[in-house]
Amino acid sequence: MRMKKATAFGLAALMAATMIPAVPAMAKGDDSKGSVYYLNFKPEQADQWSDLAKKYTDETGVPVTVVTAASGTYESTLKSEMAKDEVPTLFQVNGPVGLASWKDYCYDLKDSDVYKNVESDDFVLKDDSGAVDGIAYVIETYGLIYNKALLKKYCEMDGAVIKSADEINNFETLKKVADDIQAKKDDLGVDGAFTSAGFDSSSDWRFKTHLANLPIYYEYKEDGITSTDAIKGTYLDNFKNLFDLYITDSTCEPSLLSSKTIDDANAEFGLGEAVFYQNGTWAYDSIKDNEVADEDMGMLPIYIGVDGEEDQGLCTGSENYWCVNKKADEKDIQATLDFLSWVITSDEGRESISQEMGFTTPFKTFDENYESTNPLVKAANEYVKAGKTPVSWNFTTMPSEEWKNQVGSAMLEYAQGTGEWDAVKTAFVDGWAKEYKAANEG
Amino acid sequence: MHPQEKGRENMQNKMMKKYFPVFVLPTLLAFTIGFIVPFIMGVYLSFCKFTTVTDAKFVGLQNYVKIFTEDGTFGHALWYTTAFTVVSVVLINVIGFAVALLLTKKIKGTNVFRTVFFMPNLIGGIILGYVWQLLLNGLLLQINKTLTYSSVYGFWGLVILMCWQQIGYMMIIYIAGIQNIPGELIEAAQIDGANKGQLLKHVIIPMVMPSITICTFLTLTNSFKLFDQNLALTNGEPSNMSEMLALNIYNTFYGRTGWEGVGQAKAVIFFILVGAIAMIQNRLTRSKEVQQ
Repeated sequence: MRMKKATAFGLAALMAATMIPAVPAMAKGDDSKGSVYYLNFKPEQADQWSDLAKKYTDETGVPVTVVTAASGTYESTLKSEMAKDEVPTLFQVNGPVGLASWKDYCYDLKDSDVYKNVESDDFVLKDDSGAVDGIAYVIETYGLIYNKALLKKYCEMDGAVIKSADEINNFETLKKVADDIQAKKDDLGVDGAFTSAGFDSSSDWRFKTHLANLPIYYEYKEDGITSTDAIKGTYLDNFKNLFDLYITDSTCEPSLLSSKTIDDANAEFGLGEAVFYQNGTWAYDSIKDNEVADEDMGMLPIYIGVDGEEDQGLCTGSENYWCVNKKADEKDIQATLDFLSWVITSDEGRESISQEMGFTTPFKTFDENYESTNPLVKAANEYVKAGKTPVSWNFTTMPSEEWKNQVGSAMLEYAQGTGEWDAVKTAFVDGWAKEYKAANEG
Repeated sequence: MHPQEKGRENMQNKMMKKYFPVFVLPTLLAFTIGFIVPFIMGVYLSFCKFTTVTDAKFVGLQNYVKIFTEDGTFGHALWYTTAFTVVSVVLINVIGFAVALLLTKKIKGTNVFRTVFFMPNLIGGIILGYVWQLLLNGLLLQINKTLTYSSVYGFWGLVILMCWQQIGYMMIIYIAGIQNIPGELIEAAQIDGANKGQLLKHVIIPMVMPSITICTFLTLTNSFKLFDQNLALTNGEPSNMSEMLALNIYNTFYGRTGWEGVGQAKAVIFFILVGAIAMIQNRLTRSKEVQQ
């Protein structure tokens, strides 16, 4: 009988073992060196990170696992990975608000090589005690990407309101040009001045987050603050003016916006069906190798009609911060710090980051030999050289994802005509106070 | 009882005892790991504030209070789900039954039709959702609208999708039920002068009541718990207005930082709702079943 019981138990255990989901095969190496597990945020660069990890393992014998979360699922993947035995040793947060939910997991990077090499504290997330919780590793820029060839063609047409693209340096001119292009779209051979302002979840962040940054930026600037528990919405009318332009001078009917995706906008711009496209340096990978040549890609600042905006530059900042997991094994933490240091100092690491991934970084170790080849990054650099004031990324201080979603929903309803602009104002101003309170009540 | 027979029964009992653990334990263990443990953990987590499930802080009823005070989306999702369930249960069962009636008549090609109607059921929900999103958006483009323009389009899109997927499955169950009706029973009714309507109402429907119980149970719970199709077709757009309960729970848990516990609390309420509805439905239709 005893024998039978043992057999039964053994069988049961076997059955149970088959139920345990297969753990991703970890590259097992020498245990004493620790290991690195990087949960990567950017699916665009998944392959490059894996290659880089392999090079590091070949060189040092330290196993590096790179897992990339599918687009839009980073937070949920991170949540479930953190609950496992093999926790990510290196993960990302998107700024101060994202940091709030993971601050208990952040190792203080104060003494790390990465922190010593960062150009300034502007690219660092610090908590109240001065501990360095996160370090930005990529600086990105967004604005109005435009098709230089098409705009030149427009300027040469009879009755064009401008003679060259340089004349667009405020909202008034931009509106005149956009309206005129829209009116002459058939002669110019385009479908509209702006690409479709799609509100599918793959594209709505361009408006609820990136465009909404501008009224916040100007309000912070006016009030001399860097974050707030209650936004006033001083520049919401300007925000509306530009958004109106996006939806009226567009390639599609406003009633179709809810289903338009980022791929639609990429295709419209890439195929030369629209002149302006609000997006950032990261969009280069998606629009290159189409009908628009690299040298025809330019970027304009996003003008919303504020006094003195002639000196406004592009929107530059970061929402990709590296954090090292405090709750990981001590030798794994050390291995992670060593890996990061290698990434930003070794030739392989710097080459991969700047050329293959195409990133602009805030690290001192990246000299002129490691400049990005991305034409949009070059356009961004030219604005900085011309002495224009870059617009900072204040959307990292938006109180929560929920706030963005509410604003986005209200904007869509307004755009397709099923809602009023007042709802956007309410979501923007009242929603901010409400969400801020909810997020900070402990 | 014959002594030999008694001996055999004893043997069987002994065998049962011997092999009981071998057959039951693995399943029990799997059930415990895959269901009971997560369930208990889930209920416990609904009273906690947490970011990762292994690192939770007890906060009492706060999560449940939040659902009804701060959240504001759960009520709409519940209402929307209920409306969808009512419409789809009625449509799927009525059409499924009608098709079953048709395909039990002796017409040519019944087997081909049965296969064709059943096939959609073999395709996964996510794929179906995207396929129908393309189809319906293409259609709505004619009037310059899209599925996510308003929740009304999303609602009927979802109903069409679910009908298309489920009717075939229910049809098979109904066909089995109808074919089980003894021929002499129908013949007797016809000899007694019952017309087609009377035959349907007084003979066929009472006789397939067990199938109706199963089909309503399946469609009811399927519709109430619908997730994949909802996610793929509209993803709750616009403004969470086409979001059903399961998707609402998912979005609360994963979409809002600090709201994981609230999502968990919603899931517990959801479990109680589905359980209660299924039990009431089972009671109601069971009582109408007749013995042959």
